[in-house]
Amino acid sequence: MGKKGLVMSKPDLNKPDLARRRFLLGVGAATAATGAATASAAWGGNTMSDAFADFFQQHYQRMTEDEIRLTLERIERKAKRRYDADINCKNTPPQEGVVFGYALNISKCRGYRDCVHACVTENNLGEDTQYIRVLEMPEGSLDLNHADHYYDSKDLPHAGHYYLPMQCMHCDNPPCVKACPVEATWTEPDGIVVVDYDWCIGCRYCMTACPYQARHFNWGSPRLSADKINTDTHYLGNRPRPRGVVEKCHFCVQRTRENRQPACQEACPTGARIFGNLLDPDSEIRYVLENKAVFRLKEELGTEPKFWYFRDA
Amino acid sequence: MMDLYYLVRDGISQMLHGSLNYIIWVVLLLLLILNGGWFYYQQLSEGLVVTNMTNQVSWGFYIANFTFLVGVAAAAVMLVIPAYVFRRNDIKDVVLMGDSMAIAAVIMAILFVVVDLGRPDRFWHMIPGLGRFNFPESLLAWDVIVLNGYLLLNMGISFYIIYCHYRGCQPQLKRYFPFVILAIFWAISIHTVTAFLFSANSGRPYWHNALLAPRFIASAFCSGPALMLLGLQIIRSVSNYPISRMVIKHLAIVMTISLQITLFFTAAELFTDFYNEGEHAASARYLFLGLNGHTALTPWIWTALVMLVIATLIGMIHPLRRNRTLLNIAAVLTIIGIWIEKGMGFIIPGFIPSPIGEIYEYTPNMTEIMVSLGIWSLGLLVFTLLAKVAIPIECGTLRKPGVEVSDPICNLKNTPTKEGTSP
Repeated sequence: MGKKGLVMSKPDLNKPDLARRRFLLGVGAATAATGAATASAAWGGNTMSDAFADFFQQHYQRMTEDEIRLTLERIERKAKRRYDADINCKNTPPQEGVVFGYALNISKCRGYRDCVHACVTENNLGEDTQYIRVLEMPEGSLDLNHADHYYDSKDLPHAGHYYLPMQCMHCDNPPCVKACPVEATWTEPDGIVVVDYDWCIGCRYCMTACPYQARHFNWGSPRLSADKINTDTHYLGNRPRPRGVVEKCHFCVQRTRENRQPACQEACPTGARIFGNLLDPDSEIRYVLENKAVFRLKEELGTEPKFWYFRDA
Repeated sequence: MMDLYYLVRDGISQMLHGSLNYIIWVVLLLLLILNGGWFYYQQLSEGLVVTNMTNQVSWGFYIANFTFLVGVAAAAVMLVIPAYVFRRNDIKDVVLMGDSMAIAAVIMAILFVVVDLGRPDRFWHMIPGLGRFNFPESLLAWDVIVLNGYLLLNMGISFYIIYCHYRGCQPQLKRYFPFVILAIFWAISIHTVTAFLFSANSGRPYWHNALLAPRFIASAFCSGPALMLLGLQIIRSVSNYPISRMVIKHLAIVMTISLQITLFFTAAELFTDFYNEGEHAASARYLFLGLNGHTALTPWIWTALVMLVIATLIGMIHPLRRNRTLLNIAAVLTIIGIWIEKGMGFIIPGFIPSPIGEIYEYTPNMTEIMVSLGIWSLGLLVFTLLAKVAIPIECGTLRKPGVEVSDPICNLKNTPTKEGTSP
């Protein structure tokens, strides 16, 4: 098991410098490669060194490149053990001069929820977690208390209603980040609010702080089936999550940092979703922000969401 | 150092020996702790999925109990202030009981947060230096500091007094008075920080309210003195510890005044919510009247309000308050009433409706109730054991070997006071 994980290719992080730091993680991985076969049974399929390295794993922002590489390999080994899936866990860094933002055309959305399903598949979400919630709103109201969260998917759109998809707004002033007692969640340079699933202690104060119900907790171990797992994963994104930690929409960091669109945007059949770089004056999202009457949900709370809504005139 | 050894030895001996009732009480608590431990073990192996909490109501019974107990801990100042600032010697005699209750309450509060964590194995992430501690940004980080600080302060002061008495000398007030003053301000801060933990959330209008911290303090000064009053009544009936009637009277009056303030604050909130009812009042409507046919919490809050009103009336009407049985009933009603008002009546409706308008109701399940019962039993056990050691030392019947046992003041049970009536 251990050997298989170690030989996996890791193109974006090839800087073998093992001699420099052979701290906990270095020692852990070396033992894992040799002792996996004998030690695996006693730790529920986990090797003792992997369990040890898991326990002492540092905060993402504090790890050296070597430590990150060994951690990614361990994550891949874990996915193999738990789900029998050969995942590739990346650590693609943010691009210079990029801050992501989203705009959603309410007049085009018809409530099909294709974005919800695409997100579930892309991001290896467990059975009871959805990052996107489409609200069915009565025409003429923007009071979320009048929304229907569980409307019927047949015969859409329903007369007299419009649809309001919601997900993490990636606030520029995120109350969830302030709330976290251990700095397990933060804003990346490209504007994505991320969670270090291996640092979160599961206190759920961020869920209390979020005004958009955008954060989700792994109450039990997330259940995934091996054949459905998306093997293209990112440490801060869609890698399989452990139990007892908070997760959320991460603007498909595994795709968007490689110049691809997020899964929800690609899946939308009506073209209601516009995602792009807010710092690029020629981007489509900049055109929308400059030429449409856009608004943001709960703007009065001062969280500065990077998620806008607009209607065609 | 030998003295410390003797204190530990004698202390443990005190804890292990007692009347049959004492043994039965301790064994009962131990059984409830074991039972809670078993349910917690299941929660650890399956995850918090075994509770009734959801992504909509992401904090439940555990945090409700936590909030209540922080208040109880803070209320120890209602003995400390008169004892040390106003030099009331009758209260100073029992101030250690108040400190013991504060210690037990803080330990319970911390445990209720620990059992609520999804990853208690990552506890070290919070240790400054070793982990990453988001101070001063996160209110939860503040809470960790003030709760642990308060625990240390109370343990330090109590230990110093007990240790001095045990060695047959008088504690030097000027040595520990600065810590007493610090503990008084600290007590207010623990409950203020806990209130800010909730009122900081601008996305939850039910909590986002400047009245919250004053309300928390006022209700803490109802339930804390009520618990102390009951505790002292019990200690008085099972030991010969001299508890003046004036102490009971003092606690009854503090409880009553705080109840009046609490009811006034509640009325002020209800007026603001309902006179021009808007979106911000949705949680209050859900709690008091039910929302869109969802009424799970309505019976809880009305029960609590009725209890608090009855307790206030007993406290306000002098002949009723002077009746010992009625006063004890008022204390019980206050404890349960505030426990509901601050727990199920405050934490849960903050999540209902959710910030995006979803109504998802919550009631605690067997796991949450059993784990909570286990923590409560542990707190009661801590208080019992502390009192069991403190009482003979304070009475002067337990001293280190070689020190003469001083006048056992506790033989003069219940010296009559001017009032003459039994409280």
